[in-house]
Amino acid sequence: MADHNNAHNSHGGERHEHGSLKSYIIGYIISIVLTIIPLVVVMNHMMERTGTIIVIMVTATLQFLVQLIFFMHVRDGEQPRWNAITLVFGILILLTIVVGSIWIMGNNAIGMKM
Amino acid sequence: MAQSPAHGADHHDHHAAGHHDPQDLKLLGFWIFLVTDVLMFSTLFATFIVLRGGTDGGPTGAELLEINGIIISTFLLLTSSFTSGLAVLAMHQNKVQQMIIWLIVTGLLGAGFIGLELNEFLHLIHEGATLQTSAFWSSFFTLVGTHGVHVTVGLFWMIAIIIQIVRRGLNSDTKGKITVFSLYWHFLDAVWIFLLSIVYLMEVM
Repeated sequence: MADHNNAHNSHGGERHEHGSLKSYIIGYIISIVLTIIPLVVVMNHMMERTGTIIVIMVTATLQFLVQLIFFMHVRDGEQPRWNAITLVFGILILLTIVVGSIWIMGNNAIGMKM
Repeated sequence: MAQSPAHGADHHDHHAAGHHDPQDLKLLGFWIFLVTDVLMFSTLFATFIVLRGGTDGGPTGAELLEINGIIISTFLLLTSSFTSGLAVLAMHQNKVQQMIIWLIVTGLLGAGFIGLELNEFLHLIHEGATLQTSAFWSSFFTLVGTHGVHVTVGLFWMIAIIIQIVRRGLNSDTKGKITVFSLYWHFLDAVWIFLLSIVYLMEVM
């Protein structure tokens, strides 16, 4: 029994990695709110172009984090967190591809107008 | 009944110091697959963003995309992500029937999402926007369609898992499959958030 408890502690509370009903409901409600905010801003033309883009991207990123933490339980599991490390690497490549493409092709468009 | 001893053994394996549970390794392997899927979607997103102005004088996204249907499909997919989580919760409490019901609800919501997407595509084709119309519509259909194919594959996968559980019951093997499936389903919802934001909201604003 003592062994059992030790194992629990050394795994950093792995029994919590399934989440609870409460955490799923909280995640669901936050996701709904974060979906409605950009919809309201876009449908009612509440902001100018740049402001709208910022609101859309910030709420999308927050909702992505909510999915990761409340639904996919990225913070749980054993140490070291290979899943989180892999994800960070993936996001690094993602940003390089997306931001790099926008940057280079944006410059290309300027060049072609000349 | 037969699951009970297996379940106990499962727990003890978990605690063998320094040894990885094969299910944990499978989960990590699936995470790595999801990250490679992120990379594929990142190239499709980059292509779409770069080509978004290339409508070749044809119909634009702002003209043809209808946000109302998209709002409904967004909430269908978001809710199905939530219900697939509830299925995993029921699984950990060994409530097989409850778990299967939540999986079926998840599947129905996912099927509704696919139905709306097919309806949208048919509407767009009817309005004269096809894969061949312009650079914009090519990248649009490729990006949104790839996500739709993922959801469709997920639906068939889920049906296969349900059949297996009905036949074999819950054990550490089928539990691992449900866990991995729910991870996949949450991932598809996460991808959809960016589709909604970058493709639809930024196009119609």
